[in-house]
Amino acid sequence: MKSKDRNYFKILRAGINTTYQDLGRNNLYHIGIPFSGAMDKRNFQLLNSLLQNDYNSPVIEFAYQGPHLRYFGKDIFFCISGNVSFKIITKEGVIDGNSYQCYLLKNGDEVDIRSTNKSVYGYFSINGTFGVDYYWGSCSINTQAQIGPNNGNKFSKDLEIEIIDINNSFNKRKLDYLGSTIENIRVIKGTNYDYFSESSQNKFFKESFKITKLSDRMGMRLEGPKIENIVDPNIKSEGLVKGVIQITSAGDPIIMLSDHGTIGGYPKIATVISADYDRLVQLTPGSNIKFKDVSLEDAETLYKLYQMESNNLISQIK
Amino acid sequence: MIKNILNLGDAALYCDFGSDVNQEINSNVIKYFYQIKKLNLKGITNLTPSYNKLIISYDLNIHSFLSLKKKIENIEIKENNKLEKNLIKIPVCCDNNFALDIKRVENKLKLKSEIILEKFFSKNYFCYMTGFVAGMPFLGDLNQEMRLKRLETPRVKVPKGSVGITEQFCNIYTFETPGGWNILGNTPQNIFDTSNQSNPNLVNPGDTIKFYRITLDQYNEIKR
Repeated sequence: MKSKDRNYFKILRAGINTTYQDLGRNNLYHIGIPFSGAMDKRNFQLLNSLLQNDYNSPVIEFAYQGPHLRYFGKDIFFCISGNVSFKIITKEGVIDGNSYQCYLLKNGDEVDIRSTNKSVYGYFSINGTFGVDYYWGSCSINTQAQIGPNNGNKFSKDLEIEIIDINNSFNKRKLDYLGSTIENIRVIKGTNYDYFSESSQNKFFKESFKITKLSDRMGMRLEGPKIENIVDPNIKSEGLVKGVIQITSAGDPIIMLSDHGTIGGYPKIATVISADYDRLVQLTPGSNIKFKDVSLEDAETLYKLYQMESNNLISQIK
Repeated sequence: MIKNILNLGDAALYCDFGSDVNQEINSNVIKYFYQIKKLNLKGITNLTPSYNKLIISYDLNIHSFLSLKKKIENIEIKENNKLEKNLIKIPVCCDNNFALDIKRVENKLKLKSEIILEKFFSKNYFCYMTGFVAGMPFLGDLNQEMRLKRLETPRVKVPKGSVGITEQFCNIYTFETPGGWNILGNTPQNIFDTSNQSNPNLVNPGDTIKFYRITLDQYNEIKR
């Protein structure tokens, strides 16, 4: 490809854990490959809807601090979702951008994604398609197993992000949305709930747990009251799903997130309901979590309501 | 053959085949796994077989717990449904640089290293499941006198290719990951092949593994 025909971003600063993500890969747990995919599915979905992209188009995910990008090529629009502070640097000057709003970029313009605010993950994409390779039907980068484009590694400085397709009939769109936060994380009791003493079961739901810095795309480690195991600190290793809360031998909860190990041998005290997962992953280290017990039937209804809310937001994009 | 089906959270079925770990129960798990996989049911997003459980993840937009549970309960497994079993030979080098825990194992089992390795290599091992990290096979069973617990403090990094034992099981570290198994050697063979999209795993549940010992020169030859 002649360089003048190329449309691409050059990474001036990679940010933290910056990767390509889409909806992830299914039906591979049995060989040890987790779903992966965008951590916050709602913000992933809103971003592709804002940009009128295919619902499973690749986006760039970042944590805490995003990349600083310089654009080369013909005019293009970009958009950012999540609670994110960023600057747009053009020949005319520097402006602060707003999430859920599309902006024009010309050759040589820059986007400096400074930080996520009171949240972990943010998403960046364009009215078009990034040039990515697919592994088992997904372009999601799983850095732990080194699966995905960029040799399964997170982005680094000087990497060039190719754009293979631009939607020329695109019109600027926006959504007025401030994000969604949550007081308590709702859970369903786990298959090993009776491994824990009654007083620990009570503590689990009455007291709060602090999210530690040992949290990433694989899991979220919590600290708080020790959860006392009265049966066996280990079980025979068995499958895990995202949202499962295991209690380690030390008595601390660890929540499985999108890149989690597919099997594990710690007892499961509870599982975060699907409706609360997007909001769970956005909680920052240092903040506190309180768990609330709900029934399976309620969890199924709450998920339907959450999806309706997402669809409602999409219909408000104009 | 499934004793009980519970829910794991709101988007997965937890099929319980019993609490023991043996090849009979595990073979039932694997039969169900292959049968459900073959049915290719819409909205099933993952199947995770393990020693004595099968977890079925599903899309909440398509199934609810009760409706899918009914479908799974109605699945018939033919008794003569034979498992496809492959015998796979895997070279292992037990040079001192690779046998990271041989001294610990000698002390714990009160056996000399040569005896330990002789016993280890004299047996074929059954693959119960793969996972935790991509392609890692969980194999068994070790003879009674070869069983010991995992390291008190897990290693932060276990080298790729390490072959380890704990309790009645052995495994192969397909990636450099944290881990607490007792490492006896290292294989130069690639157990998980990211570039092979259709069948990345060298070892699959139901397969039989025969480890054979190689020298450091042979190891380097294969590695090259």
